[in-house]
Amino acid sequence: MFGTTLLLAFREIRRHILRSFLTTLGIIIGVAAVITMVTLGRGVTADIEKQISSLGSNVFFVFPIQNERGQWRPFDERDVMAMREQIAGVKFVAGQVERNVVAIYNGQDWRTKAEGVENEFLDARGIKIEEGRRFTSAEETSGANVCIIGPTVREEIFPTSQSPVGERMRLDNVSCQVIGVFATRGSVGGNGNDDNSIFMPLTNVQRRFTGNNDIGYMVVAYDSSYSSAALTRAMVALMRERRVLLEGQANDFDMVDTAKINETVAATVGTMTVMVAAIAAISLIVGGVGIMNIMLVSVTERTREIGIRLAIGALAREVRLQFLTEAVVLCCFGGMVGILLGFGLSLGLSTALGLPYIFDPFINGLSFVISALIGIIFGYFPARRASKLDPIEALRHE
Amino acid sequence: MTREPIIELEGITKTFGVGAAAFQALKGIDFDVERGDFVAVMGASGSGKSTTMNILGCLDVPTSGIYRFLGTEVQSMTRDQRSLLRRKYLGFVFQGFNLLARTTAVENVELPLLYRGEKKEARRAAALKALDRVGLVPWAEHTPAELSGGQQQRVAIARALVTEPEVLLADEPTGNLDSERSLEIMEFLAELNQTGITILMVTHEADMAQFAKTIVHFKDGLVEQVERGHRQGAPLGVGAAG
Repeated sequence: MFGTTLLLAFREIRRHILRSFLTTLGIIIGVAAVITMVTLGRGVTADIEKQISSLGSNVFFVFPIQNERGQWRPFDERDVMAMREQIAGVKFVAGQVERNVVAIYNGQDWRTKAEGVENEFLDARGIKIEEGRRFTSAEETSGANVCIIGPTVREEIFPTSQSPVGERMRLDNVSCQVIGVFATRGSVGGNGNDDNSIFMPLTNVQRRFTGNNDIGYMVVAYDSSYSSAALTRAMVALMRERRVLLEGQANDFDMVDTAKINETVAATVGTMTVMVAAIAAISLIVGGVGIMNIMLVSVTERTREIGIRLAIGALAREVRLQFLTEAVVLCCFGGMVGILLGFGLSLGLSTALGLPYIFDPFINGLSFVISALIGIIFGYFPARRASKLDPIEALRHE
Repeated sequence: MTREPIIELEGITKTFGVGAAAFQALKGIDFDVERGDFVAVMGASGSGKSTTMNILGCLDVPTSGIYRFLGTEVQSMTRDQRSLLRRKYLGFVFQGFNLLARTTAVENVELPLLYRGEKKEARRAAALKALDRVGLVPWAEHTPAELSGGQQQRVAIARALVTEPEVLLADEPTGNLDSERSLEIMEFLAELNQTGITILMVTHEADMAQFAKTIVHFKDGLVEQVERGHRQGAPLGVGAAG
């Protein structure tokens, strides 16, 4: 019996193919919109998470900020040592200082920046070496003229056919030997291109480029079993003491925990995705009303048919089931087309916006189930009306 | 033939509307239909014959009185119980044929079996057998729009017969047909009656009523006259006129 009801529903839909399509358009658009929004939201979240994870995980960034009088005091090597030695839970601390330089190789020049770092910095920020090697401890201690270049630098001034490792290049007036190339990191938070950078031993950059012992910022990697809040309190106390801040004076430095950024951004994007998807879902309700409207028209149009069915012995619930099935089949059909359209749209938009495409089986399944539910909810009233018709009246209907 | 009532009506009344607007269509009908009878219900429009047919067909219930079908009282049944009764024992033929449009003849004939939950192959076989009885097997795959009025009515009869009902109810079965097709249909109904099916027919054409064994005349909501043991067959001159 149910197979037959399904068959009847398909037959009736095929009979009015254009009308059926227009009827389900609301559902199609609604489902496609919800899927596209959620998928794009996923893409944005994944993209941001990837960028944030390029900062390193379980890592604090500690950097100086302007004090109340607009002055700006940098850290130095001793601050790094103090952090390393006096805070429990800290695995290592890496300082960084940078200068803008012009890199020259074989007559080609390119604007980039020289970052003075140590191997620990590479670890803390999860920077991988693609070619060549990292610094040796001798190179770190002596501040040797060696450098690890970024993929952008390699692309801009080195020929593609040749490995830059072992070559000598010039940074402003300083000659140095390329010992490695790091893997692409992408850009973080719009702070320029992180791939356009050259790492050199910290002492070398301090001596040759900045001419002092200043540290731009510190990367503090901590043991994840320690609480981020307790560490923050300890570090703030230490830095206030070292920078001789009196009670009542504001901090002239700040620190962020990458784990916190991650949580905040994910929560924000998540909220926005839910909001946009909810707005898209309204069109599903509008679509449901469209289905109800057409089903009511259909019941009126087929009053005589209903009369015939009732006269030859159809039960009220059989007539109800028939019309309900029709509405549900229509909605499921709309749901499926919507899922396909949503797939196309989200894939296209992800590509166009440079976001990763992440197929979300949950939202696809949910959209389908919701379209079927809409069929049941909005199809019930017309179906009930059909089943309540008086067979005598219905047979007389013109 | 044994005298066995299949339908018994006792003091059936039917009132439409309420209060001042109330209209009493049936004012107390008593008559029985025996198994194997061919009854023609006649009367002017407004005489209550259609209302009676609706009650006999279990599509409607009387306001008062007792209607027994095969010994079971129908007037107190629910809507669904009456549906099941129709499904099991009754076949309907209407004036306007009432076939489903854009549905082939054989699918139309299969329809009652669908609600009986018969398997696809069984449905098809029974439908073709019923179409064979009305001589329309070659037209099985045609839709009503492709059939003549006479053919459509024969498909409708096949649909009524496919469940092998006890009683066939025909409401003005020849009302939309010319006299030649009308005679064909009436002759066919008479033949069917010979095979043992009880037929109840409403008509306002005296010529068509001549095919019945019993003619019940209605007037103003009452049975005016019952002619039993009527000589069956076409009255002289009718065939020639068609």
